[in-house]
Amino acid sequence: MRFHLTEEQVAIQDAVRGTLADAWPMERLHKFADAGDDFDADCWSALSQLGLFGILAPDSGMGLVDAALVSEVVGEAAAPGPVIAQLIAVAALSATANEAAKAHLEALLSGEAIATLALDGDLVQCARAATLFLADDGAGGLRLVEAGEGVTIETVTATDRSRPVSRVAFSASATSHALFAAGDPQVARLRDAALVLIAADALGGAQHCTDVSVAYAKERTQFGQPIGRFQGLKHQLAHMALDVEPARAQVWYAAYAWDAGLPDSPRAAAMAKAHLCEVYTRTTRAAIAAHGGIGYTWEYGLNYWFRRSVQDRAWLGSPSVLRARAAELAGW
Amino acid sequence: MDLSYGADAEAFRAEVRQFLEQNWQPGDRRGAELKDFIRDFRRSATDRGLLYRSIPKRFGGSEQPVDVVKAQVIREEFARARAPMEVGGNGMNMTVPTLLEKGTEEQKALFIPKTVEGEYIWGQGYSEPGSGSDLASVRTKAELSPDGTKWIINGQKIWTSMGMQSTHMFMLARTEPDAPKHEGITYLLLDLNQPGITRRPIRQMTGEEGDHTFCEFFFDNVEAPVAWQVGARGEGWSVSRTTIKHERASIGSADSLGSQFAKLVDLAREMGRLKDPVVRDRLATIEGFVLSHRYTSFRLFSCSAAGDDPGPVQLMMKLLLTEIGHEIALLAQELIGDQGLIEPAGAGGRGNRGPRGPNKWLDQIMGSLGNSIAGGTSNIQRNVIAERGLGLPRDLAMAGEK
Repeated sequence: MRFHLTEEQVAIQDAVRGTLADAWPMERLHKFADAGDDFDADCWSALSQLGLFGILAPDSGMGLVDAALVSEVVGEAAAPGPVIAQLIAVAALSATANEAAKAHLEALLSGEAIATLALDGDLVQCARAATLFLADDGAGGLRLVEAGEGVTIETVTATDRSRPVSRVAFSASATSHALFAAGDPQVARLRDAALVLIAADALGGAQHCTDVSVAYAKERTQFGQPIGRFQGLKHQLAHMALDVEPARAQVWYAAYAWDAGLPDSPRAAAMAKAHLCEVYTRTTRAAIAAHGGIGYTWEYGLNYWFRRSVQDRAWLGSPSVLRARAAELAGW
Repeated sequence: MDLSYGADAEAFRAEVRQFLEQNWQPGDRRGAELKDFIRDFRRSATDRGLLYRSIPKRFGGSEQPVDVVKAQVIREEFARARAPMEVGGNGMNMTVPTLLEKGTEEQKALFIPKTVEGEYIWGQGYSEPGSGSDLASVRTKAELSPDGTKWIINGQKIWTSMGMQSTHMFMLARTEPDAPKHEGITYLLLDLNQPGITRRPIRQMTGEEGDHTFCEFFFDNVEAPVAWQVGARGEGWSVSRTTIKHERASIGSADSLGSQFAKLVDLAREMGRLKDPVVRDRLATIEGFVLSHRYTSFRLFSCSAAGDDPGPVQLMMKLLLTEIGHEIALLAQELIGDQGLIEPAGAGGRGNRGPRGPNKWLDQIMGSLGNSIAGGTSNIQRNVIAERGLGLPRDLAMAGEK
């Protein structure tokens, strides 16, 4: 019986956290957002040097729990790049029988190839930088589309500045590899894994918003006192922590259930994604309220996490859509 | 992550199961006969090391090394067989742990065995009409008798659960009126069967009254031997901190919350509302919190088994459970509709129960309000999370408190 992090898992999180603290300080995020970029090569290469992209390869000795721990820290830092998609694409290409698709695996592991998810609609993260698209095949299966000929990308003003979306269309001339046909269990399983990783991103973001708010409440003084001494604010901060910290174990469970192939894994993934995205929405709003005027400024930066919560919430099904699915799966 | 308990635990589970099959066969025993059977069963379960594991053998326990996995297996198997575990109540949750940590050998020998056997039932003498969350302001006074062997107690205590049944009380009393408020309190034990004690049940909002509700106590020159005082004179506040911790740890329970949620789903089905998309959404929203509570309980269990510190999350479990209880109450109230207009028989969950329909949820709907108060109010829990968990500065009014 083990249901908390091992020393190795804590060390992985610390390594990613340290790397992103250097590679992705607030000034970089501001610069990136102001330039309207959708990819940061330095940050991506720093992450790839940690060897993270292969976590979901079958021979890694790791699994979705570890991938979720990485996604959590990426969410905490509001780091750029399609990290979740890259992890999922490695799992997909490892499992497919299509050799032409598999040929891209090495480049994905090294970070030289950049994969993004093109599921459910035409708004795709980091599409301008992506070299590969893990996409719906229009008939319930999954395919891998190569960037270039037959792929058109229209830049839009994206709400989430750390992982901006573009509008993407694939034509018949695109180079595409069938991965899994409709009904193949991998289709649902990969989607479930993505739900868990989004839930983990939301967890990290919500934790960041709570930490920043608590730190601010200790520093900021009014009426000659740190504002964190006042019970009104103190109780709001306690509720943010109460929302976030117990939810952490729900992400762990959903990831563990996926790794162990438990029968409730699809439902656990839907529940975790629904719950954590609600938590993220509430927490970003509460964080901005807890800061007062400074929280409402662009300069302070909380808006990047707020905007990220908007994308996490809508991505692969909003909470109410996923709750309806969970209700169905429970046989209600 | 691995949620299996491992081969050793499963072998132990088989032993426990076999023990229960052989020893827990109550048949159709009733009344006194059943009571005797349960007492004998608890005795043999203790001899087998299954109950009272943290209590030394000389005080009636089984004195087992700490093993949270085994303890969990025992809870699961006893629940599965519907076999009785240890006697419940304040005695086992509060008096015994306090005595084991802070009591004299004489006190342990005098009180622990009889508490374990269920002969002594303990009432809590903490709150007073003027001392609720500000517990250290207690005014019930204890003065030494002229010969120095007895404390003479005068004052009033309130909100004592099981007060009408209690044979004994543990109490915080002011013994040093001139000392700062935390340093003037002594932790006393007293026999409730003596002159000068008046106890009265307080009727609850649930309608519950009579012998099973909480009580108020009036003390008029009541005596407690100085030999029964736990810890040093004036150090009662720190002695009481042991017990509050124990009470908080004993309130949370993932399995009972899970089964309560399952009953809520059953209620929606029974009322013909389970296909209503609004109801389904509210159920799944509540379940998001239920699952967070459940898996965090696993996390705490895992940390405890490994001897690792789980951090501030342990401070959140009581408030989380309380908040989920409110959400369940709100949806249950919606679901029972006009069935809630007729109060169920045996309101408050005790007393004679007739046939009970969906209106039985009124017990939970009202009872969940009690969780915001008992064992540390929700606002005090929020202070604890913010101050001890998040490191925020203490509230000005309480800045000098411990």
